[in-house]
Amino acid sequence: MSKTPAIELTGATKRFRTPSGALHTAVRDLDLTVAQGEFVAVVGPTGCGKSTTLTLVSGLEEPTEGEVRVYGEPVTGIDPQVGFVFQQDAVFPWRTVLSNVMAGPRFRGVPVAEAKERARDWLGRVGLAAFEDRYPHQLSGGMRKRVALAQTFVNDPAILLMDEPFSALDVQTRALMSDQLLELWAGTGSAENAASVVFVTHDLDEAIALADRVVVMTAGPATVKEVFTVDLPRPRTVEAVRLEPRFIELYREIWASLGEEVRITRERGAGRAA
Amino acid sequence: MPRETASAVAGPPPAVTTRTAARERAARNRKVGVHGARVAVLAAFLGFWEVCARTDVIDPFNFSQPSKIWDQIQQWVTHGTAQGSLGEQIGYTLYEALTGWVIGVVGGVLLGIALGRIRFLADVFGPYIKVLNAIPRIVLAPIFLIWFGLGPASKVASAVVLVFFPVFFNAFQGAREVDRNLVANARILGADNRRVTLQVVIPAATTWIFTSLHVSFGFALIGAIVGEYIGATKGLGLLVAAAQGTFNAAGVYAAMTILAVVALLTEGLLTFAEKKLFRWKPADAGDGR
Repeated sequence: MSKTPAIELTGATKRFRTPSGALHTAVRDLDLTVAQGEFVAVVGPTGCGKSTTLTLVSGLEEPTEGEVRVYGEPVTGIDPQVGFVFQQDAVFPWRTVLSNVMAGPRFRGVPVAEAKERARDWLGRVGLAAFEDRYPHQLSGGMRKRVALAQTFVNDPAILLMDEPFSALDVQTRALMSDQLLELWAGTGSAENAASVVFVTHDLDEAIALADRVVVMTAGPATVKEVFTVDLPRPRTVEAVRLEPRFIELYREIWASLGEEVRITRERGAGRAA
Repeated sequence: MPRETASAVAGPPPAVTTRTAARERAARNRKVGVHGARVAVLAAFLGFWEVCARTDVIDPFNFSQPSKIWDQIQQWVTHGTAQGSLGEQIGYTLYEALTGWVIGVVGGVLLGIALGRIRFLADVFGPYIKVLNAIPRIVLAPIFLIWFGLGPASKVASAVVLVFFPVFFNAFQGAREVDRNLVANARILGADNRRVTLQVVIPAATTWIFTSLHVSFGFALIGAIVGEYIGATKGLGLLVAAAQGTFNAAGVYAAMTILAVVALLTEGLLTFAEKKLFRWKPADAGDGR
């Protein structure tokens, strides 16, 4: 691993001014390195600042302190190599499915015919070829998420940031989407290197099933608490890998670390409510 | 009773169909009932008015009566008005209202989006726009008459100032309240600022803008009519003024009736255009996404 890491956060801190004027620290002194082609899952208690970490990497927000580097270069704006799948629906409701997937290449100046061809290819891969003329509101939640995936993958991102992308889906759809994600991910990037993924989730099952490494965040302000390597063989399918003894072992180990932070967050919430 | 016979003859499935049929019939009946009641309300109102006028409960000279109004409209249609044919008057008013509306809408939308997108402009111009909005703009009509004369220009100007503000505020609000996720997504996908404005902010704000278009066309008509009423050579507002000048109450009501019909027709056209434009929206807005 002498190659430049895909993502490097060093001492990154992000503070926001809340509407009431107080200063809120979302991320504190965060160090995180993601190697090229690595799939990293980030887990942590609700509202701890996991999403903020992603916006720092994407260039949507700048760190207050510290440094964020993508392929060795400091992040100064939105990097065209970055793809971002949002937690909420972010497909354009006034565009058809095909037009939604074409949006990225079109924004980047690809001619219509080529954009259409690429979009059709990705729609085929996510299994929505027959729905290209529909509007998002005519699709189910899972289908809209697949549109979002195609929309992101069509740009061929070298870095893929995913912010609880499947949290709004029901359990069965979520497992299906996770498998599809692994499949799509295997088909990204160049031959020797798939895209590097940072996958934020609050679902530990999902994190272990998908990732090479699982990063546990502390209760907010977020910083890295512990990092676990998931030594489960690939290719994986979510339903099968869940039943392996090593999976259960890992789950127990990571939960011991994560559970404590969740408890802290919950107690704070209770303290605030009281 | 129908259910009983159905189950007796053919068992449960026909019972289901009869129940759907019954439900459909009830829905149809309800529709007929609503329409019938509407017509009845109108007929009762007009009848009551007519009877009161004929029996001298109200003074027909001041309050007129439906039959006289109808006669007046017929007379205008067949013999024209003192200012020319009725069609010409309607055409003038519509022309003024439409021109004013288009100018006001274009100006309002452009400025609303610009100020909604560019923080600096919003901070600089915000207070001025608020002050201008606080002026009762209808009093500007006499000033416009002095500036632009008796022709259509002064009416167009009063229509513009009435239309501009509601459209502006809605476009501004629409541009401000675009889903942040959509904007972030567009930027990540590679859109520059111009593309974000054209392809995300404007489409997202159209719902807001269209809401204001309905209201503002009414305002455009008001602007044109008031302008004509104050001073003009042609138009429905002039008809009202002329009828009032000769104590012809029926004439005032007749002009009002014609205006109402014109306003309803244009409103219908707008709704039609909106349906075409918003195919991407779920049919039932209250259904959630």
